[in-house]
Amino acid sequence: MRYFLVIFILTSLGVFLIAGKQGDVSRKPPIEIFDDMVRQVKFRPQQPNRFFENERTSQLKVEGTVARGSAYEDSPVNTGKFGGGNTNFVSAIPIAVTGTLMTRGAERYAISCKVCHGALGDGNGVTKKFGMGVVGNLLDPVIVKQPDGQIFNTITHGRNLMNGYGANITIQDRWAIVAYVRALQRAQFATAADLPAELRK
Amino acid sequence: MSDVFPKWTNKLPLMVIVGGALVGGAMTMAVTHYVSPKYTRVGYQPIQPVSFSHAVHADQLGMDCRYCHNGVEKSWYSNVPSASTCMNCHNQVLKDDPRLALVRESYKTGKPIPWVQIHKLPDYVFFNHSVHVNRGVSCVECHGPVNKMDEVKHAKSLGMPFCLECHRDPEKRLRPLSEVYNLDWKAPEGTVPGEKFVHDWKVLPGDSCSVCHR
Ligand code: HEC
Ligand code: HEC
Ligand code: HEC
Ligand code: HEC
Ligand code: HEC
Ligand code: HEC
Repeated sequence: MRYFLVIFILTSLGVFLIAGKQGDVSRKPPIEIFDDMVRQVKFRPQQPNRFFENERTSQLKVEGTVARGSAYEDSPVNTGKFGGGNTNFVSAIPIAVTGTLMTRGAERYAISCKVCHGALGDGNGVTKKFGMGVVGNLLDPVIVKQPDGQIFNTITHGRNLMNGYGANITIQDRWAIVAYVRALQRAQFATAADLPAELRK
Repeated sequence: MSDVFPKWTNKLPLMVIVGGALVGGAMTMAVTHYVSPKYTRVGYQPIQPVSFSHAVHADQLGMDCRYCHNGVEKSWYSNVPSASTCMNCHNQVLKDDPRLALVRESYKTGKPIPWVQIHKLPDYVFFNHSVHVNRGVSCVECHGPVNKMDEVKHAKSLGMPFCLECHRDPEKRLRPLSEVYNLDWKAPEGTVPGEKFVHDWKVLPGDSCSVCHR
């Protein structure tokens, strides 16, 4: 019995020392024993795929094509410009500016722009502390004077050191952000005349 | 004539019972402890090709999850960002840092960064991110406090009991939609905001098999 107990305790200890406990950090992927149903012949996004030369399951869009359901017309709503010119920016947001659009804009601004341009739009986002040298100040009079279409265009295609966000932000949301940027500017340069009568003193 | 059986055999039945109980007990403990996704998956933390830190980006910089995982509220799949997303900032920040060499190369050549996928359900399970995050289920419920992790670690088991536990009783784990991406949010003391949402939005995740196996 003594030998049995010694062997029992040593084996248990051995198993525990080798296998560890739940939640231990492991660098190796989990073991899947019967994996024929678990990993089926099916492709998932962003997984490598040897079939294609570039080894991607999610293929990139072919140059010059338009995905189903995405915008393709050269209309002011889609490009922020009139016609084909390069600087014929539309002066005002071409969709209805409502309360919901503004709330949406505030939310989207917080997601995509705040880290660099700051909550106020003054260019003092948190990245400035970490070596982001140049960040546009959205309250700069030059930008206040820009037509709405130009800000839309900056979001879509970027400008100098700022990369474009066209691939990440939908057209509706880009206009919502433009509306919100206008609200930030308005708030910053508000005068007493902008207040409702009962608040003016 | 000597005994056929030596004296110690009198204790044999007891030894068998005790020994059997010990071995049986240990086996049961080992199986429940080790043959469970709580052991096989939780703690999985592969070495990533770039030492990207969520603690730096999401917590310290306060970036929203959707800046990078921008598909999460629109589709079943929560995408991992492309190198161009990183270069939005890293064209200025840590511009020549060797830790980001792979990101710069990927940005130039278009060859994706080979991130190692951590959370992976079996292919026979149907899952969808957008239904969850648009109904007030936060990332933290299924991924743990990612914003505090330097390297992402598999924090929850994601086994079937884990899913069902919430699907049968979602009240306590729902939160206002504005707090879904704020992983540090805690319900105000003594309130269960989820009750209201379950009622107002008619939340009914369901636990019949066809919800997740279709
Ligand atoms: C990664 C940091 C970063 C983010 C995020 C960012 N920007 Fe910028 N932005 C910049 C930098 C840097 C500049 C200055 C570009 C320059 O002049 O070189 C700039 C400039 C601008 C300008 C001025 C362009 C001009 O005509 O001079 C506008 C308008 C602007 N950003 C809007 C936005 C909006 C709206 C968002 C959110 C969708 C946004 N930015 C997100 C970094 C950023
Ligand atoms: C700066 C961009 C960025 C931000 C912001 C960000 N992530 Fe990530 N996330 C990544 C990258 C890149 C990876 C892949 C590398 C890795 O796993 O560390 C990733 C991986 C993950 C994974 C693991 C995916 C897998 O392979 O299973 C989870 C979960 C995750 N992120 C959750 C979050 C949550 C929650 C937030 C918000 C608090 C967040 N992320 C914010 C870039 C980001
Ligand atoms: C909003 C701007 C921004 C974006 C987008 C961004 N980063 Fe960063 N990153 C930073 C800042 C700021 C730092 C901190 C620099 C410092 O500590 O001096 C940093 C630090 C890092 C570091 C150094 C890690 C450390 O522990 O200090 C790595 C690696 C890195 N980022 C990778 C990435 C990758 C990969 C992506 C894309 C998924 C990405 N970053 C996207 C701003 C950004
Ligand atoms: C209800 C649980 C749940 C919630 C809430 C959740 N996830 Fe996931 N997440 C999962 C599961 C399960 C997987 C593995 C999916 C698979 O195998 O395709 C996953 C995978 C991922 C991945 C890897 C890519 C993929 O889709 O396979 C990323 C990145 C990710 N989640 C980010 C997030 C972020 C960011 C949030 C919050 C906005 C979030 N998740 C909320 C359960 C969840
Ligand atoms: C923290 C709570 C929670 C967890 C954990 C959770 N879910 Fe859900 N799930 C929900 C809620 C809430 C809904 C939305 C139900 C509604 O809108 O009526 C939902 C909906 C779903 C749906 C869509 C149902 C439909 O009606 O089409 C699927 C599929 C699903 N969950 C799968 C899963 C899987 C698989 C897991 C485990 C990896 C999981 N869920 C974990 C809360 C959760
Ligand atoms: C909320 C989502 C959900 C529902 C509802 C659900 N399952 Fe599952 N099921 C899962 C997930 C997730 C897994 C994968 C577990 C794992 O990999 O650890 C799974 C795995 C399984 C497995 C394989 C078990 C294993 O460990 O290999 C079987 C069998 C199964 N489910 C049967 C059912 C049956 C029968 C029902 C209806 C009574 C059901 N499931 C309902 C999410 C669900």
